[in-house]
Amino acid sequence: MNDPIRSMVIPERQLTRNMSECPSTRSWKGYRRADGRVGIRNITLVVYTVECAKFVAHAISQGEEEVHVIGFPGCYDNAYAIRLMLALARHPNVGAVLSVGLGCEYTQPGRIAEVVEASGRPSAHFFIQDAGGTKASITRGKAVLRTLKDESVGQLEEVPMGVKDLVVGCECGGSDATSGLVGNPVVGRLFDRIVDAGGTVVFEEIVEQIGLKDILLSRARSEQVAAELAATYDKAERYCREVRQFSASPGNFAGGLTTIEEKSLGAFAKSGSKPIEGVIKVSQAPVHAGLWLMDSVPDEHYMQFGYTNPNDSEGLMDLISAGAQIVLFVTGRGSVIGSPIAPLVKVTGNSRTYTRMSDDMDFDAGRVLNGEISLQEAAGELLELVVSVAGGQPSKPEALGHREYFIPYKHQDVPSLIEGCRA
Amino acid sequence: MHTAFKINNRDNVATALVDCPVGAKILLRGVAEQQQVMSIEEIKAQHKVALCDIEAGEAVVKYGKAIGYAANAISKGDWVHLHNCASNYDERSNTLDGHSGAPTDTQYV
Repeated sequence: MNDPIRSMVIPERQLTRNMSECPSTRSWKGYRRADGRVGIRNITLVVYTVECAKFVAHAISQGEEEVHVIGFPGCYDNAYAIRLMLALARHPNVGAVLSVGLGCEYTQPGRIAEVVEASGRPSAHFFIQDAGGTKASITRGKAVLRTLKDESVGQLEEVPMGVKDLVVGCECGGSDATSGLVGNPVVGRLFDRIVDAGGTVVFEEIVEQIGLKDILLSRARSEQVAAELAATYDKAERYCREVRQFSASPGNFAGGLTTIEEKSLGAFAKSGSKPIEGVIKVSQAPVHAGLWLMDSVPDEHYMQFGYTNPNDSEGLMDLISAGAQIVLFVTGRGSVIGSPIAPLVKVTGNSRTYTRMSDDMDFDAGRVLNGEISLQEAAGELLELVVSVAGGQPSKPEALGHREYFIPYKHQDVPSLIEGCRA
Repeated sequence: MHTAFKINNRDNVATALVDCPVGAKILLRGVAEQQQVMSIEEIKAQHKVALCDIEAGEAVVKYGKAIGYAANAISKGDWVHLHNCASNYDERSNTLDGHSGAPTDTQYV
């Protein structure tokens, strides 16, 4: 019991469920893409390349089924944001992409379309200035969408998939004390099960591991990974000190959390107990199955650090950029966000929040605190929910139509890719 | 019934699961079943109660790890929060309003 994370165990009852019904062995229908990855949805994505094109992009998607929107607000381009949009446009849940620009911005919709097409997906692009303004662009965009959707459905390759094919990401936000007591520990046990079944899981929020360097390094798969984790941790701590902002919000403090170390200990519980296979940066996919840490903290450069995760939606975009087909969000206080591309499943450790916001919350882990179920039972139920959502059942934010996204200016070092535009 | 959750045997604080008024006999759950602590201050749900006296400068321990240090002496049964527990990393958090968590150092002018 030397590991404080693993020892924070609420006594676990014997599992009564028949293991042959275990959701880890269940199979459902997925969509194989040209790169070999498998999606659980077939979304058509509209990407806009500057804030000026945002209204038109959303109007094109209005009333269209399975059409989601992402975009970048800046007129000056940014290598990080372009990598992120390209990763999202080639996500396994995405079947086709329409890129829409105004016509005078740096980011080029045509270049996005080229990359998408090279990935084997139907794609199209146009500029609003060329199309003739708002109404003409909406009409043209909707017509293009119909063609793209038909092409995408026509070339769909349906394959059976299971937990071993899943990439699941998790972050937390709007945390209160229950997030560390049960919300994140339940996800940690879910992560362990997904890894045991041969799947892949990704956690991030290294700025919410401040104070836990020794624990983090003890989880490394190898010496090399330990060195990667140490460098990632040190950068995050330096970042927080230099920008004088640690990752805790007024709501966290009002919810009973007193220090960043306390929040970190609770947040890190979502990583479960498996070895960490390595560190990926935003827009990189894990190269093999297992547990991965995503580093979403900016690297230092001439524009200084900037912000790491300006809000929860930004962090979810990062996880989806790694190819996560489903993302989990742990919130004690409650939240009403969703996400485009990959369905969001919202978990709360606070039963009162679950009751108060039952239209928005997918899973009540607070029952563990009330003594109704054990952590392992809760993890089993959560896995069943994840498998159902993977099989097509809409998560609550997905059913409500929540598709929040946030793509900021940021810099991360990717040596082979920094040439060309504003890194 | 007033209950609080103690996560690790080394912890010197527990997390209240319900609102606990002054003088409540708080029953501990988690690793310290059946033990109890009397609150000498109001402890709101999800806030921490001290399980023993903690000297100024001594570590405040939760999850078996230091989550900060006592900024001043804390008595058994006290509410442990921003007013008496400080981070080893984040200096700004102790300037926040102890009840709402809202910043007090940002000017709205």
